[in-house]
Amino acid sequence: MDLKLLDVEPSEAERVVVDLFTGLGRDQLLPALHAVNDRVGWISQGALNHICRVLHIPPAEAYGVASFYSLFSLSERPAKVVHVCVDLACQVNGAKSLCDRLTSELGPAGARSGWLRSPCLGVCEKAPVALAFEAGEVAKEQLLAPTTAEEVIAVAAADPSHVDGGRAEVPQAGAAGLRLLKRVGAVDPESLDDYRATGGYAALRTALLLGPSGVIREVTDAKLMGRGGAAFPTGRKWDAAARQPVRPHYLVCNADESEPGTFKDRLLMEGDPYAVIESMTIAGFAAGCSRGYLYLRGEYPRALHLLRNAIARARERNFLGDNIMGHEGFSFEIEIRRGAGAYICGEETAIFNSIEGFRGEPRSKPPFPVESGLFGKPTVVNNVETLVNVPVILTEGCEAYTGIGTSGSTGPKLFCLSGNVSRPGVYEVPFGTTLGELLDLAGGVPPGRELRAVLLGGAAGGFVRPDELDLPLTMEDARAANTTLGSGVVLVLDDTADLGAFLLRIAAFFRDESCGQCVPCRIGTVRQEEAMARLVGKRPLSTSAEDLQLLKEVGQVMRDSSICGLGQTAWNAIESALYRLGYAEEAAS
Amino acid sequence: MTIVEIGLPKRLVELTLDGESVRVPEGATILDACTAQGKSIPTLCYGDTLKPANACRVCMVEVEGSRTLVPSCSRKVEPGMVVKTASERTNHSRKLVLELLGSATDLSTTPHVDEWMSACGADPSRFGPPAPPSADRDDRHPGEHEEPDGQTAATVRQPNKVDNPLYVRDLGKCIMCYKCVDACGDQWQNTFAISVAGRGFDSRISTEFSTPLPESACVYCGNCIEVCPTGALSFKREHDKREDGTWDEEAQTQTTTICTFCGVGCNLTLHVQDNEIVKVTSPHESTVTHGNLCIKGRFGWQHVQNR
Repeated sequence: MDLKLLDVEPSEAERVVVDLFTGLGRDQLLPALHAVNDRVGWISQGALNHICRVLHIPPAEAYGVASFYSLFSLSERPAKVVHVCVDLACQVNGAKSLCDRLTSELGPAGARSGWLRSPCLGVCEKAPVALAFEAGEVAKEQLLAPTTAEEVIAVAAADPSHVDGGRAEVPQAGAAGLRLLKRVGAVDPESLDDYRATGGYAALRTALLLGPSGVIREVTDAKLMGRGGAAFPTGRKWDAAARQPVRPHYLVCNADESEPGTFKDRLLMEGDPYAVIESMTIAGFAAGCSRGYLYLRGEYPRALHLLRNAIARARERNFLGDNIMGHEGFSFEIEIRRGAGAYICGEETAIFNSIEGFRGEPRSKPPFPVESGLFGKPTVVNNVETLVNVPVILTEGCEAYTGIGTSGSTGPKLFCLSGNVSRPGVYEVPFGTTLGELLDLAGGVPPGRELRAVLLGGAAGGFVRPDELDLPLTMEDARAANTTLGSGVVLVLDDTADLGAFLLRIAAFFRDESCGQCVPCRIGTVRQEEAMARLVGKRPLSTSAEDLQLLKEVGQVMRDSSICGLGQTAWNAIESALYRLGYAEEAAS
Repeated sequence: MTIVEIGLPKRLVELTLDGESVRVPEGATILDACTAQGKSIPTLCYGDTLKPANACRVCMVEVEGSRTLVPSCSRKVEPGMVVKTASERTNHSRKLVLELLGSATDLSTTPHVDEWMSACGADPSRFGPPAPPSADRDDRHPGEHEEPDGQTAATVRQPNKVDNPLYVRDLGKCIMCYKCVDACGDQWQNTFAISVAGRGFDSRISTEFSTPLPESACVYCGNCIEVCPTGALSFKREHDKREDGTWDEEAQTQTTTICTFCGVGCNLTLHVQDNEIVKVTSPHESTVTHGNLCIKGRFGWQHVQNR
């Protein structure tokens, strides 16, 4: 392939960072774009051109990839930008008035004013939040959580410090009986010694003794189900991949946590990074993978630094690399890949395209990832929380594990409580805890207020009413009640919340995050948002009943005919608000 | 002489198609099975010379046991499959997909779409009056958009791109079927002049930084235009004749001949109107070209009619 490049050269700074990728392949496109963005804050024509020259990629394709991600800008912007979260939990906690202040003091959101509106930053327990990035020789980030307009204005004017140490919010920290959260907030996340002193790497030792099929048997018997939203049996997934004769096999840890209202994976990675690394190593051993990719969302700088440190320390002590823990022939490496602002890349096949250096568009299934996934090879994709359940299973035994929770949903589960709740944060409870018990644990709605609704499962989930608090939180009970636990979002709305604005944000989110590949989702999410705008604003084209009918029909085609879960679930939350909460009547009156 | 590819014998797979038991060769798609049964399923992003893109979702059918509908153009038949092509669910899906497309895109030059729309009662105007054309579609940032008020339906309408003497790009007609990108890229031409850029409703077919075609890698083979199902990409001559009302397909003859520019032997189909060549294509079933040509075969015919 002959490349025809643009007649534009990179700046010296751009050339230096891009040249580091010399000799590498297409899958380094996203890292190279990050390198330029970290150095100068945007992707110039010269920089993109040079990336194409070095990695041998046609410029039109590289442009297609760069323009897919919201964290990259292809037009000039200042080195520093502050991303202000306007998503669900922040909206409930005053993001709108914060943005109004910023608009009047800094000017409208955009490159020139130095602040941008952002989808969920995954720090919902401290809402409202903002995240500042500053490009330079050493790229800097600063998380402002919770934040105020004054602080954003001050940070926009000053230098951000290098990742603040803001501790993770775990109301249960240090409590007895925790499994997934036992180290979070209780041990030093940088120290491998602390990790080992609290039982770390015992599970990998057990796994190496059991052998791959033994590990798969334990995980299967423990009835572990995926915690990313789809609840697929993990043991079956591993077994299917392990049986594939083609080599190599890959493991992908899906840490692209972007579902609005979800922050459990961030907490695990920031509070117990070694557990993530050990769990990936066990999964790699079981499914015969020689390499694992940890796909981390670009908005999690603190998790990035802690995971990088954990991988380096683990490698030093032979917990990664060749002949791990002295086990002849077992080699495993982990590479972190940073996302760049695209919710869709958390879809299990879009994540492959993103890692391979293509646009993060989902693939058509079949073939399924266990047959043909990353680089066309058999691949296991697991969510962070799913993986960190594995050491629990191996150290406590699958019988003890199935004793936690219910017969249909085993084990402990993390829930992300945010919105109008007294003690927001991640809570670990056994499956089967009722929604009411969970809300009580988090202190319920603030004093003097009344519960209006709970959004379960995030933007792709559904609302339940205050009279449904006796719902046991299990996969099967949620299904029977025609709702979903999704990724564990429990976003609480009280009587002060503006439900109409909240629904408009959900509609806007899907419109923004649709990859655009298939018609039902690309155009359907636009029509859904337009119809919701008419409904909430009480400006129907003819009647509100007609808009409700349109919404239903568009929702059905998105659910039936979209390629992936994004489009298929884009109508769920709005549908449940209209008909389960009764917003349809309210809006039509 | 017609070359018939015989290939290896294939096992037959038995499935149920709209209540009837049918047998088709292993490896066939549901669409192949439908075609063999004389059932017509609408398609837009499907290309007979391209791999399925699965993007337009016009050809969705119901397969028993599947949670969602499936694209018939790419889903391979399996023994015992029970397929419904005209259930309430498939009809609703087809109608809505056509309505959504029609509400956002100018389908006036898309063959058959009017028939399909009237067959399923599609009415794209239900979503409101179309929003006016916008000139900023090349610069939209992913993850950002202006809050709509819902009083108009957003569209992809935009000014034509005319930056060279051979092509016109009317991207207000583009349905994002990926066919031009696939034809330009690794499936045929390996030129990679265009790609999908942006995201969601703001995605578009673009060169790098929307640079004009003459500065891009484009080699003007015209293979993108050959596969475009909507007329978003067209030959300038055809476009101009359509504009001034002198394009008359009924009055055109088609003559297939062999290109004389080199020794490859590409088949050319000359579209002739009023004793003038107005367009050159190549038969998709030609084993030499599979419908593709180069700039010489596609455009190098002016000398024939220098009188």
